[in-house]
Amino acid sequence: MCGIAGLFLKTPSLEPELGRLMSVMLTMLTGRGPDSAGFAIYGKGKPGFRKFTLRARGGFKGLVLPAGLELAAQGDHAVVLVPEARAAELRAALAGQSDIRIAATGTRMELYKGVGLPEDVASRYGLAGMSGSHAIGHTRMATESAVTAEGAHPFSTGADQCLVHNGSLSNHNDVRRVLMRESIEFATQNDTEVAAGFLSCQMREGRRLDEALRDALQILDGFYTFVVGTETGFGVLRDPVACKPAVMAETDDYVAFGSEYRALADLPGIEQAHLFEPEPGRVYFWERAA
Amino acid sequence: MNALAKTVEKDAIYDLATGGLRGLNAALQALDEKNAEKLWTIRNPRGAHALAVGVTVPVRITIDGHAGYYCAGMNDGALITINGNTGTGVAENMMSGLVHVRGDASQSAGATAHGGLLLIEGNAAARCGISMKGANIVVKGDVGHMSAFMAQSGNLVVCGDAGEALGDSLYEARIFVKGTVKSLGADCEKKEMNAEDKEILAALLQQAGCCEAPEMFTRYGSARGLYHFHVDNAGAY
Repeated sequence: MCGIAGLFLKTPSLEPELGRLMSVMLTMLTGRGPDSAGFAIYGKGKPGFRKFTLRARGGFKGLVLPAGLELAAQGDHAVVLVPEARAAELRAALAGQSDIRIAATGTRMELYKGVGLPEDVASRYGLAGMSGSHAIGHTRMATESAVTAEGAHPFSTGADQCLVHNGSLSNHNDVRRVLMRESIEFATQNDTEVAAGFLSCQMREGRRLDEALRDALQILDGFYTFVVGTETGFGVLRDPVACKPAVMAETDDYVAFGSEYRALADLPGIEQAHLFEPEPGRVYFWERAA
Repeated sequence: MNALAKTVEKDAIYDLATGGLRGLNAALQALDEKNAEKLWTIRNPRGAHALAVGVTVPVRITIDGHAGYYCAGMNDGALITINGNTGTGVAENMMSGLVHVRGDASQSAGATAHGGLLLIEGNAAARCGISMKGANIVVKGDVGHMSAFMAQSGNLVVCGDAGEALGDSLYEARIFVKGTVKSLGADCEKKEMNAEDKEILAALLQQAGCCEAPEMFTRYGSARGLYHFHVDNAGAY
């Protein structure tokens, strides 16, 4: 099982609605993944600044940030906006905090995930009130590793990069070992994190997201439907056997992905959208100007 | 049952926005031959699963929008039209009747169906007609990979193209494809179209409202090489 929802806006008109729409999509997919949920959302960035999304099981009370930096906490998650030049300083301050993880970094992406029903996770972090250009979410029914916030999706292994997965990979241990030698860092034993790490590694080598997804078809073995976000891009890939369900809708205003049509049923203009089932083993990729 | 509003004496509209799925299926399954004259219209399906399943009387049902998984499953005699797309397993295990999808169907359309006609106006995804056991399936568009996998009897007609591994491990179902076939599955081969095949195909094309001539199609069937265990075939099992 597991459910995936993705929404990539082509025009700015729906940007204020993005969080609300994603929240509804995730809630509709509760039946496919009731144990945990998460989402990554690409909001407005600030030129010259980097966003850090932090996650701390025990909260952020004891955290002392370098002078001048502020923390916007939302439960066990927090976002810190830091000038590019001071990112290393923030990393150094966090290095001593064993109970605080850097969940994601980037110029625009924020990433939230936790245990519980998708509706509760979405409201815990205020998803409905968020805006942005694209968002990717996941509802999890765990098969490969423990039901924890760490094991929930999306996974992020590179700046402004995130990936969600429905399925299970069979060669993730082998691929993880190779990637670790390439200095890709992993926080869990989860198979999905390996897929994210693989794409990050390929993109670090200069491959575009669509090219990296084509590489994934050759290297990753198992069942998968992936939806991937980068700062400006949105990609979809299903394994060649098409083990896991997928339906997409495209209009002049957006591209949307749902594990089931139910997740798309509330989107504006869905009645006129071009609906299609992404073909197995074919890379789908959309990009908009940064 | 407040979602059930009578319009004229013979027609019924069921709005899923206000009525539950179980109420709908219970009402449809409670019909008998005497009250099967009504035309049922189901509004606001919004991709819901298991719509109009297990209906056993020849009632006409229209689902006005996209349906989810297993729509019209186990149909036994009803005439069900879906004004939209359907999810996985439309008309799975159908026994008799007609299921007419006006849009596209997702994977495993008509899986294990024993009888009746499944007519898909658009494309069908992977595994269309998997393990079919006597039904007729007509797809006006393309079918995805592994269609008619282990199909035992019945007829699959594809007016467009077929994906990889068509008819893999096929038994005695007939497959007719007008367009291209990406590849044939194990033990599936091209066959001569005989007079009986042509008659069956012509009748199905007519029933489906297709204007193509049977001569435009190629017939595929089982090479019968994998029917019984033979050690030389161990690699293909």
